[in-house]
Amino acid sequence: MARGPERDPIVEDPRVAALAPDHAYIPAPTAERTVKERIFKASMLACLSVALLVLGVLLYDVAHEGFSTLFRGGFFTEPASSVARDSGIYPALIGTLYLMVVCLAFIVPVGVATAVYLEEYADRDRWYNRFIELNIQNLAAVPSIIYGILGLAFLVRGPLGLGRVVMAGGLTLGLLVLPVVIIAGREAIRTVPPSIREGSMALGATQWQTIWKQVLPAAVPGIATGTILALSRAIGETAPLILLGAATFATDPADGFFSEFTALPLQIFNWISNAQQDQFAPLAAAAIIVLMGVLLLMNAIAIWLRNRFEQKW
Amino acid sequence: MSRKWWLVLAASGVLAVGVAACGSDDSSDGNGGVSGTINIDGSSTVFPFAQRAAELFKEENPDVNINVGESGTGGGFEKFCAGETDISDASRPIEPEEIDLCRQGGVTYGDVQVADDGISVATNPQLAISCLTTDQLKQLWDKDSPVSNASELGDDADTGDALPDTELSLYGPGTDSGTFDFFTDKINGEEGVSRDDYQPSEDDNVLVQGVSGDEGGLGYFGFSYYGQNLDQLNLVSVDSGDGCVAPSTETIQDASYYLSRPLSMYPSEKALSDNPAVASFMQYVVDNADKIATDALIVPMSDDQATDARAAFNQIKPGNVK
Repeated sequence: MARGPERDPIVEDPRVAALAPDHAYIPAPTAERTVKERIFKASMLACLSVALLVLGVLLYDVAHEGFSTLFRGGFFTEPASSVARDSGIYPALIGTLYLMVVCLAFIVPVGVATAVYLEEYADRDRWYNRFIELNIQNLAAVPSIIYGILGLAFLVRGPLGLGRVVMAGGLTLGLLVLPVVIIAGREAIRTVPPSIREGSMALGATQWQTIWKQVLPAAVPGIATGTILALSRAIGETAPLILLGAATFATDPADGFFSEFTALPLQIFNWISNAQQDQFAPLAAAAIIVLMGVLLLMNAIAIWLRNRFEQKW
Repeated sequence: MSRKWWLVLAASGVLAVGVAACGSDDSSDGNGGVSGTINIDGSSTVFPFAQRAAELFKEENPDVNINVGESGTGGGFEKFCAGETDISDASRPIEPEEIDLCRQGGVTYGDVQVADDGISVATNPQLAISCLTTDQLKQLWDKDSPVSNASELGDDADTGDALPDTELSLYGPGTDSGTFDFFTDKINGEEGVSRDDYQPSEDDNVLVQGVSGDEGGLGYFGFSYYGQNLDQLNLVSVDSGDGCVAPSTETIQDASYYLSRPLSMYPSEKALSDNPAVASFMQYVVDNADKIATDALIVPMSDDQATDARAAFNQIKPGNVK
């Protein structure tokens, strides 16, 4: 057998040789191609390490600055104060948790229902369905401050007139991240194999029974992931809340869904821009750690949900 | 079938909790002091003052619940005139359009000064400028100003020496800020008119860092931010025709420093009479303005200003305030 100087182990493999007796079809990599391959790999690794490095520096910086504040007495139980050592995040943390509850209660039913409609029922030949689809894609790219204006005009004032309360804040954040849930939900529903649907239908189930008993349970992992991604974005939003007129400082935490509130991102923003920076920056860092902690907790729940419900086809 | 009903039940449960929370009355009688909720919004410059006031008032009246926002003087008045807040913080007097807005909303109010504020112009310590006239500042900050080097501004208004031959890096607040409105109004003659090729930030700490880290750094920001960074900044005096004046507690109080202004709270008369907590809070602010301002690193009022503020509040306060 005539062989070039470049030897390829795959080509030499007798099983491959058996499959492709004519070696001309599997060119052995030349030195030039190997070099290119290595350069490409190295540059990918470099990109990855830049991202990781920045993240690492950020985490180190925040942890270094805020860790001792995190365990100081009263940090979790006191409201903010103009005196740094008396400051805590209690009302802000409660406000953020309330916001997330409202947001979750809104985006899951509405987002999933929309996704189900678009995937299972909508007739793409109708112009209005294509119109809805196009708009959902567009809404995902609208700047968050616009949602703040919307929330101020329609939820805080106007038709609903809720006032500057948790419900208005949570619904505004919900509207902001709804496209994420819808898009992820559709993706999840689409990955459920048609055979499952056809099997269910063949056994006499209605379309609704098929969706409720077969498709949705199978799509739960994807929906959960999308929801958590959406909440992760919502939890850090500051601009829409400022526009709604959420308080930056509150002596007491929100005591219900129709109570005035403040939230962690507002508190962090306020501490970072305080004139006594050397005293308040550690507080901001500690609050950032808490925010990330809440985020990680939510992610952990999502991963648990995904593993719990994941199905192999 | 049953699952569907669970969903309906859960949804109505959420609603019920919400409605219950809405209906809950927070006027429970506690151990001394007033109770109720006070909503304050407005200028971010007044925010530290309002926050400190709320904290101290809360110590004496544990049953009171106070929320302080900082959507800016304009944003604050908009909400105030719609009847959404009880007290509006302002770093400038209420404007004619806002007066109309309040009239439409049926909101009457009083203007009670609570503290003073100055805007400091500062440079990097290496850029030795001790005083600039308001004309020089206008030349530097005016719309489409071509000035890029300190020497183009002529002589130092204090020493008379030529200004150093240094390329300038300019720092200032973003256009949403009340500080920007005030500075452009006082220096460039019209609110909002400014060159735009400077480094803007809504966060004064960023401006301080920029100016102190840049050899040709020059910027303007709140006076308290200068006070916290004395060793990293060089303070520039301002000459508005009567000689160079550096900002200080005294020159800001008597307004001899050109870039100084009063900070006020606008309480709604309706809130004052309907909500005893608001009346009692405003009384506390008027009585303790000096301590609150000092705690909040804001320039307190002079004695005369404090007397005027008390008189202004007495005019609008309801008869039943302790």
